[in-house]
Amino acid sequence: MSQAGYVAVGYVAVFGSISGYAWWMLRRGRRLSRKVPPEARRWL
Amino acid sequence: MSQTAVVDGAPGSGEDALGHTGSVATRWLGVVVLIGAVALLAFGLVFSDPDVIQGDAVRLMYVHVPSAICMYLGVGALGLGSAVWLKRQTEFWDLLALAGAEIGALFTALTLLTGMLWGRPTWGVFWVWDARLTSTALLQVMLIGYLALRKLPGDATVRARRASITGLVIVLDLPLIHYSVEWWRTLHQGATISRLDPQIDGLMLFSLMLGIVVGALTFVWLMIHRFRLAHLEEQVEDRGLDAALDARRAEADRPPPAGDTPLVRTSP
Repeated sequence: MSQAGYVAVGYVAVFGSISGYAWWMLRRGRRLSRKVPPEARRWL
Repeated sequence: MSQTAVVDGAPGSGEDALGHTGSVATRWLGVVVLIGAVALLAFGLVFSDPDVIQGDAVRLMYVHVPSAICMYLGVGALGLGSAVWLKRQTEFWDLLALAGAEIGALFTALTLLTGMLWGRPTWGVFWVWDARLTSTALLQVMLIGYLALRKLPGDATVRARRASITGLVIVLDLPLIHYSVEWWRTLHQGATISRLDPQIDGLMLFSLMLGIVVGALTFVWLMIHRFRLAHLEEQVEDRGLDAALDARRAEADRPPPAGDTPLVRTSP
């Protein structure tokens, strides 16, 4: 693999992993928020 | 945006009823992180020049070093949350430790991965068992173990206590990782940017600093959301337990159906 290939894999892994984790968190947060009353979500 | 803020805060509004872990502050922070990420991609991949010796492989530094710093921050949060929980025993510190451990595990994995990808074209190998790499791999294993330990069933206080003690043990690995390049002869390079006279300059230094700032802001955004998510998980778990207890009590209080003979044996 060329140097550009290693760089590309690295950047895709970093940006992809963080984006995927953030998406999972937001989706799960949205789902769980519906199960608790608004007063339990004081950050709103 | 200010209108959105008012709608967010209004009790009973549509979005409020749906629910999420975001707030006005985290949305602004998220926008800043996205702009920073685009800038990092531009400077890291386009504007900065290749290194004279390492060539294009040096571009991995702009994501590897910020990942390592976020790893330190995550494990630092784990240590802080664990230590203060043992003193105060409040949910806040336990959830802070959890968020730090999970995000720390993510960035430890990214540090190891980008380091391996950087090592192959510069060292000729993906992996060597030198002190820096081995102690970082050990941290990854311990963080996974910590997260698995938290999944074990049990009383919340007992779970938080054993997690806190484990968290404090894990934090001991941080100085080992940081000073490993000074204490032992390693293939991994020593400190570059923490010196008073950094050995890189120009756009490379700027790209690296930009990566560190964007990484730190991303870490803060992730920590806030993970903390709120952990709070929601605790709430849902508590409510589920309460509902199960109420159902059991209602079942016990219910009178037996007419015609049923009580299961009481009378003496002949």
